[in-house]
Amino acid sequence: MFAFTVKRILQALFVMLIISLLGFSIKHEFGDPIRDMVGIQVSVKDREILRETMGLNDPFITQYARFLKNAAHGDLGTSFFYKKPAMHVILSKAPATIELVFASSLIVILISIPVGIFAAIKPRHWFSRIAMGGSIVGVSIPVFLTAILMIYLFSITLGWFPSYGRGETVDLWGWHTGLLTADGLRHLIMPAIALSSIMLPLFIRLIRSEMMEVLETEYIRFAYAKGLKKKRIWFIHAFKNTLLPVITVGGVQLGIMLAYTILTETVFQWAGMGFMFLESVQRSDTTLLVAYIIFVGGVFVIVNTMVDIIYGLVNPTIRVSGRK
Amino acid sequence: MKQSLENFKDSYLFYSFKRDKIAMISFAILLVLVVVSFSAPLIAPYNPYDAETIDILNSELPPAWMDGGSTQFLMGTDQQGRDLLSTMIYGMRLSVLIGLGAVVLQAFIGISVGLIAGYIGGWLDNFLMRLADIQLSFATMMVAILISAIFQTVFGSSRYNELAVPLLVVVIGIAEWPQYARTVRASVLGEKGKEYVEAARVVGLSSTRIMFRHILPNTMSSVLVISTVQVANAIMSEAALSFLGLGMPVNRPSLGSLINAGFEYIFSGAWWITLFPGIFLVLLVLVINLLGDWLRDVLNPKLYKG
Repeated sequence: MFAFTVKRILQALFVMLIISLLGFSIKHEFGDPIRDMVGIQVSVKDREILRETMGLNDPFITQYARFLKNAAHGDLGTSFFYKKPAMHVILSKAPATIELVFASSLIVILISIPVGIFAAIKPRHWFSRIAMGGSIVGVSIPVFLTAILMIYLFSITLGWFPSYGRGETVDLWGWHTGLLTADGLRHLIMPAIALSSIMLPLFIRLIRSEMMEVLETEYIRFAYAKGLKKKRIWFIHAFKNTLLPVITVGGVQLGIMLAYTILTETVFQWAGMGFMFLESVQRSDTTLLVAYIIFVGGVFVIVNTMVDIIYGLVNPTIRVSGRK
Repeated sequence: MKQSLENFKDSYLFYSFKRDKIAMISFAILLVLVVVSFSAPLIAPYNPYDAETIDILNSELPPAWMDGGSTQFLMGTDQQGRDLLSTMIYGMRLSVLIGLGAVVLQAFIGISVGLIAGYIGGWLDNFLMRLADIQLSFATMMVAILISAIFQTVFGSSRYNELAVPLLVVVIGIAEWPQYARTVRASVLGEKGKEYVEAARVVGLSSTRIMFRHILPNTMSSVLVISTVQVANAIMSEAALSFLGLGMPVNRPSLGSLINAGFEYIFSGAWWITLFPGIFLVLLVLVINLLGDWLRDVLNPKLYKG
């Protein structure tokens, strides 16, 4: 287990190194820190001097090493648009995204588990058929379309929910949360449902297929033969073993959700990281863009490494053979 | 030719197709959509690329059956005064074209990688599959968004708009090759130990020939299954990128950029600019997904989960 953990962590560091190299080369080639600092009013000569003193004429490797050293201290450069350290900008936007992802995960978990289990135990029931049919339709509807149609229906036509923004937020030790005010919650409902709409069908199908597979196994048949109550077999014996693969896939899906927040946040003008990222692309704020790539890359790598290690703890066979 | 047609008629694939209503309906709809979109210049009432036929005074007209609608424009017009139906047909052609192109590219990369990794094995296999794993763990949508954002920075947005079609094909192709690589590798591992491969080796054929001429055809059923799903995914990715403004520009809209353009006008009540392209997009993706599902049930290759 120790060797496995070390290997995973080394791999994570290696991936981060690659991502940072990629990020840095973009910044090196296409960002212009001088423009970011002084604008266009300063003469060419002054620029050259500034360039020299900032070390921008140093060889690529030297600059990359400096970039890495700063990055390790949490300094990813200064955003051209916000005139603030990029890391601060990202961290100030992170709570909005985290709350959105949290709310949607909650919706996904609360709906997909009961529906998935039901569809597995009673595959011929009309509800299961509707759920499975609905899930393939759900997979085919892009998340931004769901979001737009929800806005049209519930905000413009019915006026039930606000169509953009986070609403009133409360400062909770530096964490601006919208979860504690009624207005903030009202703003959260539609984005959360829209974001969960892409994950829900996937999870329902996943839970159903895993559960059906487990129900076919010998020990479940043995449990029936022993005369255990059906409910006990379903919810205690079978469901426990369904959870394991669901958790691993769930960890990976969390990353996918982060990708879809870019779409959801754009539609709802949700002031999170995804919205900020898209703005930084439009403003060609290279520093912020690169900082986002590195930050998100870091989140992905940490989540995946943790999932791998946890999975390794739970299921010893993969420590030897590698991930399936 | 005639013989192979006879063979196909008797095949299990065709038999189960005839018995599956959903598959038949999906196929029919898909056929109609594809034929209509590829004969766009012939069928579409207007040419949305021809600035002369566009009149800005016609902008945001509702569909013909609503108040204020004109019989000239069956599904209304968009914000630039283009006939929405024609623009959608042309847009769908772009979406399908980009989707197919991206799948061809990712299939090419993924199949090559999968074959090499599976057949040669050893450290190369380890390395390539780790690479695929890592990229998959980043979520294809994220990778696609990041690459297109980088491309936009690298090329500048006007140049990016000019080259949008090939760039989108490359972006989506790069983002999604690992799916193919994993599937093909898994099938290669299954085939590698079989006798015909050994026989080919004993005869002294080169590895390349064995890989591409002997093993590859036997992995085709699983490739076919994921290809259908991947076309749907690629079309979705294209739509998402275009919606974010990282894809097709407004003057050459795909379904995604039409939805994006319409979104700005939805608050003024012009819902049709968003809804109709949306319906077309969902229909297109849905029938491909349904066909993919059917195909998987029929061919039933052991695919990777997730």
